[in-house]
Amino acid sequence: MPKVKIKRKSTAIDMTAMCDVAFLLLTFFMLTSNFTQKEPVAVSTPSSISEIKIPDTNIMLILVDSKGKVFIGVDGQENRKELLTKMGAAYNTTFSPAELKEFSLTNRFGVPINLMKAFLAMKPEERDLPENALGIPCDSLDNQFKNWVSIAKGINKDYRIAIKADKTTPYPVIKKLMGSLQDINENRYNLITSLESSEDFEQL
Amino acid sequence: MSEVAQDNKRKKKGRTKKMSTRVDFTPMVDLGFLLITFFMLATTLSKPQTMEVALPSKDKVSEVDQTKVKASRAVTILLGKDNKVYYYEGTRENDIDPVLIPTNFSPQGIRQFLIKKNYDVMVKVRELKDEQEAKKLSDKEFEKRKDEIIADKRAPIVIIKGTAESSYKSLIDVLDEMAICNIGRYAIVDISPFDLELLAKTSL
Repeated sequence: MPKVKIKRKSTAIDMTAMCDVAFLLLTFFMLTSNFTQKEPVAVSTPSSISEIKIPDTNIMLILVDSKGKVFIGVDGQENRKELLTKMGAAYNTTFSPAELKEFSLTNRFGVPINLMKAFLAMKPEERDLPENALGIPCDSLDNQFKNWVSIAKGINKDYRIAIKADKTTPYPVIKKLMGSLQDINENRYNLITSLESSEDFEQL
Repeated sequence: MSEVAQDNKRKKKGRTKKMSTRVDFTPMVDLGFLLITFFMLATTLSKPQTMEVALPSKDKVSEVDQTKVKASRAVTILLGKDNKVYYYEGTRENDIDPVLIPTNFSPQGIRQFLIKKNYDVMVKVRELKDEQEAKKLSDKEFEKRKDEIIADKRAPIVIIKGTAESSYKSLIDVLDEMAICNIGRYAIVDISPFDLELLAKTSL
């Protein structure tokens, strides 16, 4: 029997092709991505069959957590500065340029206006701590939420209001929010939902 | 590992060794995939879905308006605790209370009732959908005709009322049902003592 001679092959593989693929994918992800914005509270939205996508710009996001705390996020850094200045004026508080700068870099906020200065002085990591996520008051006695929305709308009337609330948020909280929005004549808004997992609704 | 940075010392003077031009791409691939992983985790690929709501403005809604809803067309849906849902048709007539029927959000629950109630509109919308598929109606045309069908004078008008125990999920679910069943006119209003009374009687 002849001796079977196994030819020794090099184990090195040409990685060029793989490298190409990796960078192609990387480019794709870099170009298509918009980063997830950190939210001060975890919110799991209820699912619905609606398939309308939310527009990218001019969004005023109202975040409601399961306890009913309200947070607001507006886009546009210049708009944010103007918003805080006007809001401060309405509540007799003046904010320093440094604080305005800090505010313009904050995606979401949810503190009563009298604690805003303290909030802006905090480090970003501290702001998300549960004890610092207080929510914006929206009671009938002290409805700061209403003022925030109406001032923001005054700055940029193209803002679309989007409400993102948790599944378990009690209905009265939502009703109160809707009532506040109704008071300032904001009657069209979006409710953010996630897509319903496959369910047969096409039945007659 | 790398084949590039080797053999730097020249053994014989004047005679440069022919170096391989192949570069080991493995670290570059590693880096590429690392970055891909980062971008994949840090981004949101799918935009959230939204649901558009338009509520009547405050000055338009009055008690008169609410009672104007013809009893034969009116369906009231009450949202209860733990995603329970109740409905009744019409209103109190000749001191006879309407019957409050408990149901749920399954396809056999509230949806079946609404579909039965809104059967004519459902059939017409279905026909329109078929036509759209066959004749390739434009989306705009489709929406326009759908709106016409939905605004049927005999179609039910749904009044949605949430109790204090109900959650946001119920509200989204019920708005979903409105979309599925092609209910053209619905309103979200405050719960009345009469409804609470009915609820209390039913849950006993």
